[in-house]
Amino acid sequence: MSETKKLMYVNRKAPYGTIYAWESLEVVLIGAAFEQDVSVAFVDDGVYQLCKDQDTTGLGIKNFSATYKALGDYDVNKLYIEKESLEARGLTLDDLMPLVYEDEDDDWAEKDSIKVVSSQEMAELFEQSDVLFNF
Amino acid sequence: MSILHTVNKSPFDRNSLESCVRLAAKGGAVLMIEDGVYGAMKGTSKSDMVSNAMKDLTFYVLGPDLKARGVDEGKLIDGVKVVDYSGFVNLTVENDKVQNWL
Repeated sequence: MSETKKLMYVNRKAPYGTIYAWESLEVVLIGAAFEQDVSVAFVDDGVYQLCKDQDTTGLGIKNFSATYKALGDYDVNKLYIEKESLEARGLTLDDLMPLVYEDEDDDWAEKDSIKVVSSQEMAELFEQSDVLFNF
Repeated sequence: MSILHTVNKSPFDRNSLESCVRLAAKGGAVLMIEDGVYGAMKGTSKSDMVSNAMKDLTFYVLGPDLKARGVDEGKLIDGVKVVDYSGFVNLTVENDKVQNWL
């Protein structure tokens, strides 16, 4: 079976407090490994997953934030952040990790993976997906 | 294209129902199950949010979960439809996909 589906992963939880964020990343990478059309959304506390300067040395658990930077290498380059969730938490794009990918159709130019979208645009993205995975 | 949204958390404990209503596109269905059924009750601080969303979304609540919690159908927000398990199955078939708001 070689059918490609549009998979949308919706993240609504902060990292480390629960296992959701880490589990989501694992499943995202599985979807990418099967060469599916993967998008990842960050809403509510999910936006905290992308904050820069995460340092878990004091917790003794793995800092998995570096994994987000590797997503581009797995052709996961459609990361959507809900503007309303970001603003409600007093955050801007500058507070987040810069995530980029190399566009093979554009002479490997480095491009931003993160797009900030409104609630309405996010709702449309959900509609356009074939399968939705919420975490 | 339409999405069936399921909400299984109390709106007084989590923001799942609120986020679902905010991010559900017009024409979608929202089914409240498990502790999510408390979101279907009238006279609460969340009732207006549900009533106002009814212009774009259809709301359902799972009957067995209401009964289990002692919530009388007379206490539901006007317009919320009660379904049983086979009604739940029908909703999953009638819509293109399901989004579970954990």
